[in-house]
Amino acid sequence: MNRVQGLAIRMAVIAIILFPGVSRPQSQAQTPAPPPPAQQPAEEERNPFAPEPAPVLPPGMTGADANDPRAKLAPGLYDAGEASLGLKHLVLVRKPEAFQLGTADPDDPKVQKTLGRLGMSDTSKMPKPMQLVRAQLAFANSDFAFQGNHLFQGNFYGVSIYDISKPANARLLTSLVCPGGQGDVSVYKNLLFMSVEAPNGRLDCGTEGFPPEPPPPAGQEKENRRRPPVAQKDRFRGVRIFDISDIRNPRQVAAVQTCRGSHTHTLVVDPNDKNNVYIYVSGTSFVRQPEELAGCSGEKPDKDPNTALFRIEVIKVPVAAPQDAKVVSSPRVFIDARTNAMNGLNNGGTHGKPGSEKPKDTDQCHDITVYSAIGLAAGACSGNGILLDIKDPVHPKRVDAVNDPNYSYWHSASFSNDGSKVVFTDEWGGGLGARCRPNDPNKWGADAIFGLSNDKLTFENYYKMPAAQSDAENCVAHNGSLIPVPGRDIEAQAWYQGGISIMDFTDAAHPFEIAYFDRGPIDPKVLVLGGEWSAYWYNGYIYGSEIARGLDVFELTPTQFLTQNEIDAAKAVRVSELNVQNQQKIEWPAKLVVAKAYVDQLSRSQALPPDKIAALQKAIQSAESSHMNKSALAELKHLAPSLAKDAGTVKSQADATRLRALAEILEHPAA
Amino acid sequence: MFSNAPNWRLYRFPRKLRSARAFAVVSGLLLAASVPTDFFCSVARAQQTDPASPVVVQPGAPGKPSTRLPPSATAKLPPRSQAEVEFMQEMILHHAQAVEMTALILSHTGDKDLRSLGARISSSQSDEIKFMRRWLAARGEPVSMPMPGMRGMDSHPMALMPGMLTSAQMEALRKAKDTEFDHLFLTGMIQHHNGALTMVKDLFDTAGAGQDAELFDFATDADNTQRAEIRIMQTMLEKKFPEEKQ
Repeated sequence: MNRVQGLAIRMAVIAIILFPGVSRPQSQAQTPAPPPPAQQPAEEERNPFAPEPAPVLPPGMTGADANDPRAKLAPGLYDAGEASLGLKHLVLVRKPEAFQLGTADPDDPKVQKTLGRLGMSDTSKMPKPMQLVRAQLAFANSDFAFQGNHLFQGNFYGVSIYDISKPANARLLTSLVCPGGQGDVSVYKNLLFMSVEAPNGRLDCGTEGFPPEPPPPAGQEKENRRRPPVAQKDRFRGVRIFDISDIRNPRQVAAVQTCRGSHTHTLVVDPNDKNNVYIYVSGTSFVRQPEELAGCSGEKPDKDPNTALFRIEVIKVPVAAPQDAKVVSSPRVFIDARTNAMNGLNNGGTHGKPGSEKPKDTDQCHDITVYSAIGLAAGACSGNGILLDIKDPVHPKRVDAVNDPNYSYWHSASFSNDGSKVVFTDEWGGGLGARCRPNDPNKWGADAIFGLSNDKLTFENYYKMPAAQSDAENCVAHNGSLIPVPGRDIEAQAWYQGGISIMDFTDAAHPFEIAYFDRGPIDPKVLVLGGEWSAYWYNGYIYGSEIARGLDVFELTPTQFLTQNEIDAAKAVRVSELNVQNQQKIEWPAKLVVAKAYVDQLSRSQALPPDKIAALQKAIQSAESSHMNKSALAELKHLAPSLAKDAGTVKSQADATRLRALAEILEHPAA
Repeated sequence: MFSNAPNWRLYRFPRKLRSARAFAVVSGLLLAASVPTDFFCSVARAQQTDPASPVVVQPGAPGKPSTRLPPSATAKLPPRSQAEVEFMQEMILHHAQAVEMTALILSHTGDKDLRSLGARISSSQSDEIKFMRRWLAARGEPVSMPMPGMRGMDSHPMALMPGMLTSAQMEALRKAKDTEFDHLFLTGMIQHHNGALTMVKDLFDTAGAGQDAELFDFATDADNTQRAEIRIMQTMLEKKFPEEKQ
């Protein structure tokens, strides 16, 4: 605050010197009062990049574990210290040049000037992190989509397309340059979808943005300080559609404009409609002027019933004619069913308890995950988590909504495979801040796990990556996907510079960590935006989208929390396409490796006595070694009925499900 | 990697400079000189002969063909607008007053709800001040304004940024205690936050402003958060002072 205080005083002084005509008392009366006394040492004030420690923990809250091996890792961009458990890091493919700031930029005269002010005479001494600080978000890596051997990594500046036929040797194929942030991606057949929200987005993928307002003519600096904006017909905010038939030469085939742009989007495939796919658009930023896009209004609902606030958009994409894609509905998903008020949802997003009556200002969704197999979608919508019935995908209807006193910003959602749970995330601080420090409460910026039955959500517990992170590491709950281990609910999740944490939430009330990977901060003293944006499992590997560094590839390794059989069973599940927010039901093959995973779990939970476990292991082993000969198959079949019977008596629902699934495989094992 | 490319020579000259910076300058000049698309296309064809090398593609407008860029193309930032710089400079001062207001809470009121709200406003706005100063310093812009706090001073001498409390208002807040303080704080902070919304609106209403990715995220986030806090404070006012019509 020193600097600001000094500034305030200087302001007054400068004002008096520059404008003697203004009488002193008047200027005194209108000058902002000096801010409170200094709280930081003067030394710190010289470095605007120095991070600050967290404030003290609020009463009754606990923070992260400062003794975790992840808490104090060495810093570095490409040589940071690493810690991991149950995860093997295979490779980091560095972010391509096309998404790095041109090296000529630090020579910008203005930067030179700053360096001079900071006591540095030449740019060669410019700290690398400072260069990164300038560029960090403009070229940040963002979300993933997968198809066959191709991985699509979104970036605020475009999309990187990788060949992952050999995941440990992932290879860049194409850098698609097309700025506009945040580059959320989905893929369906030959179509690639991309979200654009920022005002520099252009229809033609140009990198030049739009020219700033020219400086006002001399003598008119003070009047007419800002002129009204120019409607730009070439500006693009919405969802782009590329044809990727030629993976090395994607072409833009459509660009569907929306009023608030697209912060994220969700691919929706209607099981009853083969000719079209749908895109749910979540826009979170300002509404543009109607001169630029007809019909856009940012007014409150009482002033304009057609306001672009308080809604999502649905784009219909004819698969055979994507150029005809257009917005076909703008569902009012926050409507109050009794009063028909379109702003019918309460914001529970406070970390205090300001009052019993909560305001009703949830006007946007941040991200929506659809689970067409159960006809539902979970929306993370700023102040609320909502549940939508999407059986008619063009007209989603809200069936439940929740809020949470510890939630700041409802960010994303995912279902358990059986649809009995929903994991929401709270992106407290927007991902730009350090929020996993020892003094940051572990209920803030965390996952919230809800039970789901009969279209009703019930809060069970929070989960936050447990290791303390430094002041220089942006960290909060972010994107994750299910790992298809049968018999358990396991999610791989990205926590920005908190790394990747893998959580078991089979028991929603008692989630726990089973594996992790983390790097030290990019810089020890400067919070340089980085870390994992998304961590998704795809066909046997876990991919991490590192904002600043590139593409990470991992493999699971066995630990006391996860056996090799469970890992192998997860690897037995193959999909041809993965868009995590378009959740697909995982089906496990009736293979013996899946049976072995269940046996391991029943042994771990002690649902079966050791002799029974041993008998099962022996029978499965002999079936495998005999290539499933008749007598071995008969033995497996013989064991099945008693397992089905046990399922009726075991205490835990999870064990009962495992026993039944195991019995089924033993009855009819697949080769 | 490109040794068998027929058009390699055409493209090779910048690499000879053996300096990324020199190349960036050269390629910048090339781009600035609007080199015909054919140039890059021929380079692209050269690249295609080696399937192992990645390509850099810039799609055109919908329905239009894509363009190949040289494989060493680097990214550039969109133009920065003076309105963005002023927004940050002004918002620092604006935030500083909010922090100053919340600093009074502990000694001026025992209200638990207000203390909790104040702690959160103070923590997030202090953090944001740091962020804004980093943003400005990293871009070589001064953290202070040439003429700070003097928007529209022709008509209103020394007018403050939108929503900022005047010295008189601040003085009244400082002198108030308990219920009176709660009232002045809530109404004052609502006024203050509404001013921030105006500043964000002004920013996005300015041609060319808001193209910086971090500023865009920051301003959008500030708008969302402060809007939510205004509603929370309005509800607190309604609860604590039901006799008043809000």
